[in-house]
Amino acid sequence: MASAYLSIEQVGKSFTRGGSTTQVLADIDLKVGRGEYISIIGHSGCGKSTLLNIVAGLTPVSTGAVLLDNSEVNAPGPDRAVVFQNHSLLPWLTVYDNVRLAVDKVFRGRKSAAERHDWTMHNLDLVQMAHARTRRPSEISGGMKQRVGIARALAMEPKVLLLDEPFGALDALTRAHLQDSVMQIHASLGNTVMMITHDVDEAVLLSDRIVMMTNGPAARIGEILDVPLARPRERLDLVADPTYLRCRAAVLKFLYERHRLVEAA
Amino acid sequence: MSVPARDNVPTLDSAAVRESLPLGGTKVAPFPKVQALSVATTRTRPRGARLLKLARTVAGEVVPPLIPLLVLLGVWELLCAGPDAALPPPSRVLADTWELITDPFYDRGGLDKGLFWHLLASLQRVLLGYSLAAVGGVAVGTLIGQSQWAMRSLDPLFQVLRTVPPLAWLPLALAAFKSGEPSAIFVIFITAVWPIVINTAVGIRNIPEDYRNVARVLQLNPLEYAVKIMIPAAAPYIFTGLRIGIGLSWLAIVAAEMLIGGVGIGFFIWDAWNSSLISDIIVALIYVGIIGFFLDRSVALVGVLVTRGTATS
Repeated sequence: MASAYLSIEQVGKSFTRGGSTTQVLADIDLKVGRGEYISIIGHSGCGKSTLLNIVAGLTPVSTGAVLLDNSEVNAPGPDRAVVFQNHSLLPWLTVYDNVRLAVDKVFRGRKSAAERHDWTMHNLDLVQMAHARTRRPSEISGGMKQRVGIARALAMEPKVLLLDEPFGALDALTRAHLQDSVMQIHASLGNTVMMITHDVDEAVLLSDRIVMMTNGPAARIGEILDVPLARPRERLDLVADPTYLRCRAAVLKFLYERHRLVEAA
Repeated sequence: MSVPARDNVPTLDSAAVRESLPLGGTKVAPFPKVQALSVATTRTRPRGARLLKLARTVAGEVVPPLIPLLVLLGVWELLCAGPDAALPPPSRVLADTWELITDPFYDRGGLDKGLFWHLLASLQRVLLGYSLAAVGGVAVGTLIGQSQWAMRSLDPLFQVLRTVPPLAWLPLALAAFKSGEPSAIFVIFITAVWPIVINTAVGIRNIPEDYRNVARVLQLNPLEYAVKIMIPAAAPYIFTGLRIGIGLSWLAIVAAEMLIGGVGIGFFIWDAWNSSLISDIIVALIYVGIIGFFLDRSVALVGVLVTRGTATS
């Protein structure tokens, strides 16, 4: 593992509502190396999205701290770009303008208008969406929207890319396409990625390490699994790969044997 | 799909016709029959068929609203045909008001002016009062939408004030302004402002958390947030408020002008009543309705243009 680039130290989070306090996360300790792809998996309600929001700076910590590249995180910023689950593109802007908004904000004063245009187009090319640059979000499919969301996040040149169940709302085939795209982008750019997911196959396919969360309240890291699969990974080759199957089984066992969601789903 | 060349028509065409004919053949569904026919003719005689299709579309748009109008006029004519009818039939209205309709621009000084001048005076009052309401309403609505504290303190007051009928404000306004003109404008303002305030506030309050998060991740400053996220996101709601507002303004102006007098369509109607010119009243009402319709449509159109189609027209 590389040296800690993103460091989550003793993070706890509790919400107070109407006099009663609920502990959501407790004692989360996690070190992520530069260029590493980390997945966080757990049952719904275990606070994995809260953890991502804490790293993004959208939710303040109750205890502990998050350090990124040796400076403390306490507010949102473009160095931790988020790809939201429901894409959250601005519907009144075109695909191009959605990405350009981020590019203009992050690179104003550093790049000329022509360079910002090129950078916007470059990122749309990365996710194969340059052809739809003049369309509005309502005119493109769910998978395409998510691609644009990824382009917008990548265009900020973030230190960490935060993916909040990015493929959760997509059908299986589209999801597979997008996973392949994300793998390619990760291979070529070497981003540090933290992804929330509840899909075991997705976690094993994409991640270097899988962080498995126990059930809330007061969820904590139950186990961290290394996925020692060589990259580039090919979906089809992995179907019968013993390492892949072992990792998959380990995650499934954790989720459904040892930390079964107790309440009726 | 390959290019459907005209020469290959038989297969394509017969397929299309075969598909739609079974439906068109039955008596219960006449619409598919028309489709099937037009499909067949488009392919064989393109130009004539295109004209035919255009004529059909026009007929489809124009004929349905004309039917109830003609029925209404017919019923009205029959009901008011007798010599002792209280209201004139359409034919009488037309005969009585021919001069009024054909020459809306006459001006014989004083209040004896053509309909155009009365409507213009009313429109000016409405546009002035409504513009003030739009600016003030959006500003106050934004404040209430953004600030929980402003919401809690102002909302109860507004909820009470907005139920006060527009004309109830008129005596108070006359007492305050000591003149009819500003009082009428104030009544328009106070009528139009509530829906604008409330819809703007709801629009701002309903901005999805995701858009706020996008703004936070991008570190937009308050001005950038307002221009790039808040206003476009709330625009459909704001325009709903603006549309309700313009409708209410136009409703209120006629009543207000009946009371304050001077040039204006409300006064014209009241004056016609006092002179027993029932036909004039009817013509004026038709004008009021048509202008109200256009006011509503123009605000809706501006909304569609500004929100680039995200507002429903």
